[in-house]
Amino acid sequence: MKNVGLNKLDYIFEKINIREVLEKTYKLPNDKIIKEILDSGLKGRGGAGFPTGMKWKFTAEQKDPDKYIVCNADEGEPGTFKDRELLDRVPYKVYGGMVVAGKAIGAKNGIIYLRGEYRYMLPGLLKELDEFMKIIREIGYEFTIEFRMGSGAYICGEESALFESIEGKRGEPRNKPPYPTVSGVYGKPTSINNVETLVTAILVMRIGAAAYNQLGTKDSRGSKVFSISGDTPIPGIYELELGMTVQEFVNGFGDGDTKAVQVGGASGFCVPRKKFAETIIGFEGVPTGGSMKLFNSSRSMYNVLHNYLDFFVEESCGQCTPCRVGCQQLLKGVQKVKKGEAKSAYLNDLVKLADTMKVASKCGLGQSVGNAFRSIVENFREEIIY
Amino acid sequence: MYQVGNLVKELSARHGRDRASLMPILQGIVEKHNYLTDEAMVEVARELDISAAEVYGTASFYTFLDTVPRGKYVIRVCKTISCSMKGKGEIISTLENILKIRIGQTTSDKQFTLLETNCIGWCHKAPAILINDMPYTELTEEKVIEIIKSYMHK
Repeated sequence: MKNVGLNKLDYIFEKINIREVLEKTYKLPNDKIIKEILDSGLKGRGGAGFPTGMKWKFTAEQKDPDKYIVCNADEGEPGTFKDRELLDRVPYKVYGGMVVAGKAIGAKNGIIYLRGEYRYMLPGLLKELDEFMKIIREIGYEFTIEFRMGSGAYICGEESALFESIEGKRGEPRNKPPYPTVSGVYGKPTSINNVETLVTAILVMRIGAAAYNQLGTKDSRGSKVFSISGDTPIPGIYELELGMTVQEFVNGFGDGDTKAVQVGGASGFCVPRKKFAETIIGFEGVPTGGSMKLFNSSRSMYNVLHNYLDFFVEESCGQCTPCRVGCQQLLKGVQKVKKGEAKSAYLNDLVKLADTMKVASKCGLGQSVGNAFRSIVENFREEIIY
Repeated sequence: MYQVGNLVKELSARHGRDRASLMPILQGIVEKHNYLTDEAMVEVARELDISAAEVYGTASFYTFLDTVPRGKYVIRVCKTISCSMKGKGEIISTLENILKIRIGQTTSDKQFTLLETNCIGWCHKAPAILINDMPYTELTEEKVIEIIKSYMHK
């Protein structure tokens, strides 16, 4: 297996001439664009990791002439702040990615759903958008981009909840299928892509799939923007190659006393020190939308778990019972065990409940609560009990 | 309490009167008045020709679309893990002391409301707060006092 190690890169934030890239893609046949993205092996950068080329291909195949590109900028996963940084530093790459995707799938309209917490950025982004629109009109693209704001709901980062919100409704996830590529926003075929995915699509179009493929590993192509926080002397945004081990990551970013790394935010996995060396960061190991939180030995993993469960209790949309009741019972359960009101074996029942939520919940929120729950309870059982 | 006046009409003229305009209209009212009154929501329902229950149902789903009175400046302290690890507790005590209110309350002069919120995306610069739309990061007690004083003098 290729060992990538800790490689700091500068592709994503690098200043580029967006006009050049868009002029090049303007002349390409649509299926060529999709093939390039497919060949690059790019997987969605929001966390779920669906192959971007497939998403574009499925949407392109829809007959309905009215299609949409939606940019998911509802970055709410605890520990993730890369999309804000991307929109702040290279907004034209985000817009450019939408234009390229729009051309590839045959969509004329793009919507950026920006989380309410980032509302302060909107005036600057609109100004930047004006400049950008001039460029694409000169090249010949017919494409519109509009912003829609969120209002403080983590669940709206779930694609179908996000569509509901754009449509002026409660952000409650829909049943799937139909998938967004068939019936997305306003019931129209929609390709919904994360901010970083769109920026990476521009990178692929600029350097080509073959060059892009040199980065990362077989299952995790390319570089990835990581949001690094917690007990580290150097918190911030870093572009790193996928495929490194947690140990390599900790060597580069830890404070010398790291006991656990939470990979992928509250809905991700907790990796304890004894598993640092064997755990790969990427789709073949622990996947991540970029959130990396380091905890040193002064931290109580009970407090960490409690904080995450608090988060999910509040952010569960309440639509389906496994998630609504499950989150509450997991929180009450660990509180009981901590206080000695329930035996430590009760934790096993709670893990079963988390597993049930994984299969019975309607959307990714309820399905992934068990990731953090199981990995913290299994690896730090004594901290939860005593 | 405030009078909605022509605001709903102005907002629906700008954003449209279909269901998809509901969020931008509600956001526009909150931007101006900090929260939604029953009267405002009924007015929106009338303007968009949907039931008031639909409007309330939508508004009440979103944390930032408050349906109870809020002060002119809504302070939201991030309570998620990184901020919690990096001194969120001290920031809240400082705010409670200077504003003389507890989390969830509004000052008697209706200037400040103090709330907690989930991750606002500034984990690397924790602890962080939002005052209305504006984020303030890498806070210390001194910095918080300075910021609040600047709002008091606005």
